[in-house]
Amino acid sequence: MTTVLSARGLRKWYGKGDGLVRAVRDVDLEVAPGETVAIMGPSGCGKSTLLHLLGGLDRPDAGEIKLAGRRIDELGERALARLRRDAVGFVFQSFHLMDELTAVENVELPALLAGRSPRTARRRAIELLDRTGLGDRAGFLPSALSGGQRQRVAVARALANDPLVVLADEPTGNLDSTATLDVLRLFDDLHEAGQTLVIVTHDSRIAATADRLISMRDGEFTDETRLTGGTTGSLGKLAGLES
Amino acid sequence: MGRLLLIARLVVRDLRHRPSEAVLLLLAITAAASTLTLGLVLHGVTNGPYQRTREATAGPDVVAMVGPGDNNQPGVRANLLPLEKARGITAHGGPYPVTFAALRGGGYLSVAMVEGRDGPPPAVDRPLLTAGSWVRPRAVVLERSFAAALGVGVGSHITLNGRSFLVSGIAVSAALPPYPGICVAGCWEGPGLPAGQPGLVWTTPRDAESMSTPTEKLGWLINLDLASPAAAASYAAAYDDANFKSWSAPYLVSWQDVGSQAGRTVSIEQQVLLVGSWLLGLLAVASVAVLAGGRMAGQVRRVGLLKAVGASPGLVAVVLLAEHLVLALAAAAIGLALGWLAAPLLTSPGAGLLGSAGPPSLTPSTVGLVAAVALTVAVVATVLPAIRGARMSTVQALAGDTRPPKRRPLVTRLSARLPVPVLIGTRLAARRPRRALLSAASVLVTVAGVVAVLTVHARFDSTFGAGGQLINPLDNRISQVMSVITVALVVLSVVNALLITWATVLDARRSSALTRALGATPGQVSAGLAVAQMLPALAGAIAGIPAGLLLYASVRHGDTMAYPPAWWLACVVLATPVVVGALTVVPSQLAARTGVSPVLQAGVG
Repeated sequence: MTTVLSARGLRKWYGKGDGLVRAVRDVDLEVAPGETVAIMGPSGCGKSTLLHLLGGLDRPDAGEIKLAGRRIDELGERALARLRRDAVGFVFQSFHLMDELTAVENVELPALLAGRSPRTARRRAIELLDRTGLGDRAGFLPSALSGGQRQRVAVARALANDPLVVLADEPTGNLDSTATLDVLRLFDDLHEAGQTLVIVTHDSRIAATADRLISMRDGEFTDETRLTGGTTGSLGKLAGLES
Repeated sequence: MGRLLLIARLVVRDLRHRPSEAVLLLLAITAAASTLTLGLVLHGVTNGPYQRTREATAGPDVVAMVGPGDNNQPGVRANLLPLEKARGITAHGGPYPVTFAALRGGGYLSVAMVEGRDGPPPAVDRPLLTAGSWVRPRAVVLERSFAAALGVGVGSHITLNGRSFLVSGIAVSAALPPYPGICVAGCWEGPGLPAGQPGLVWTTPRDAESMSTPTEKLGWLINLDLASPAAAASYAAAYDDANFKSWSAPYLVSWQDVGSQAGRTVSIEQQVLLVGSWLLGLLAVASVAVLAGGRMAGQVRRVGLLKAVGASPGLVAVVLLAEHLVLALAAAAIGLALGWLAAPLLTSPGAGLLGSAGPPSLTPSTVGLVAAVALTVAVVATVLPAIRGARMSTVQALAGDTRPPKRRPLVTRLSARLPVPVLIGTRLAARRPRRALLSAASVLVTVAGVVAVLTVHARFDSTFGAGGQLINPLDNRISQVMSVITVALVVLSVVNALLITWATVLDARRSSALTRALGATPGQVSAGLAVAQMLPALAGAIAGIPAGLLLYASVRHGDTMAYPPAWWLACVVLATPVVVGALTVVPSQLAARTGVSPVLQAGVG
């Protein structure tokens, strides 16, 4: 199988002695291009840590990570930054938008950091906001947007540099049902468009929309299920958000 | 009582919990308090030495001089004679011939005011020999502070208008102020003489008269005693108002004017110190404001907890204020002690007067003023964060929410065109405009001090020092005091730069982590944090140039204004942001190396 993202023997421990926390224990993972993988587990099982390792936000204690066939776990900080800029898009549970920037300014930020011209960055940001249904909210500050709208801005931002993979950490964790449905539809659109997605969640309704569901507990993968509804079924129904 | 106990307990616990911040606060306020104390305790400390000198030398109550007239005719001795018998005059010495000559001695080229003396000791003004013997033909006596500046002593040789003279003695007098202030009664040296302040040289009358040249005409001086010495100032003023039309008419100077000029070094030092203490006070306000703001931001949850258990908004504000007021009082006490101990280092009356200045005294008004200034610094800088903390909602505080950053659409739009580090830095600076303003103000004050010192040195270069000319010891001492104050300003400014950087780093933790998550390198984030400090520093440095020139103008004690070369000022403007950038490298890099993941996972505000 061709993989866009893979991890082998990935390990991340915190603390020592009695305080030792084995956040990620010898995890293996392969993600195919265009695939949506959901990693599910209770709070504190190591899902977010794993996601941060996969996206180069954190470094593993052991194991290797490959993105598009290239080892990234040994990259220097500058190279990791470039990788995050060009190949990975993050979506966070608490949105992490810059409070003082409008929606469009938030979305264009990764493109500006990548050295694109302000005009190109702005054009792409508006296009992404249109795609996420927020074209009419481009000039709004995050504080003037609903939770679902903020998360859609965050998704648009994650797509700003056409990443190989989007990593979403509890993307609906702070949202109500309606907003959750909005975000799920957006992810479905991304999936349809061939975007590779890795979604970490503890919500089984979200997980049910993926191509593949991996269960995680105490830092380890405990189960893996290939689903069929993620790309073909009615997403809202599967997620139990609409009748 | 219970409320007071609670406040005291919270204050003590917090001070013990954050000793380094407490020490920095103490340092900032102490610097201002000690400088202010110095400025205040120097008032009038040189009156004693002048009075002692006046008594020991039978100093005149009034000195009268006639110089060359408007048509450059020699001064007319006879114009002084009516004063000998004028009403209210009880004794006199003179008239003595006076002229000006080029002096070479001790390796310097200078100007001498040559006064011819001989005969038995007069009733008024008997210069006291502190070394050697009195004048004789081809042997001169130098006023002691002038001799000290030249570095010559008894047995040395000097030249006056090219003729060699032996230095037979060194003396002090209260008739004229010591070097470099003797022109209080008027000087008329011509353009052919070296630049600079003249010093007093006594010769025989014949030698003095022989110094006179077509360009350096002779004048005359007489020393007078009054029946009422205390009325000398009004006597001289009344006489001058009525009679002085040109230098050919007698011009009278009272012993009060001479005494004031004799203590001029210390009085100017006092003026410089007072201005310096206000500048240091402003920097201290900036330091305390940054620390208080930073502490408030760091104590948001503590504020929330206090409120959640029933503390009123007022109590929250009082705890923070009380903490800083305690530190301000301690700083005032230390500053008073340091200022009082350091004062003797600045009160030397110079070689021209006898004895030393009395010990400076700490009057209740000095103590009260220093304590009031220290407390004001603390209150002004703390009141805003304290009110903000008090007004914060309990839920918001418990959640650790800090103030939302300011939105600057124009900055955001313009910065999009800039390189990434400048984009990050510009936006960071714009997030907290008040902090950027504090940063710029802190740099402005420091650069103003530096420019003032450079201006003093520019004056040295333009008027003294060239061709071995004598450097004015007054300027030298003022320059030293200004340099000490500038060092204190620079130290406090460095502390401020570090505090502001650290506050920015803490405040921007989330946005820095997010920027890195979106692809900025640690180097770009670190450079951005440095740029965020450098931009206000550049603005402060530019504004500091005119402020420094104004500062110098306010304490230049009547001297002509000299401007430092433009390239000096350009260096200051360019070097300041670079130095600030360098200072911020360590905190910026430490911040940029902090893991992104923990910050984002914690959702730090």
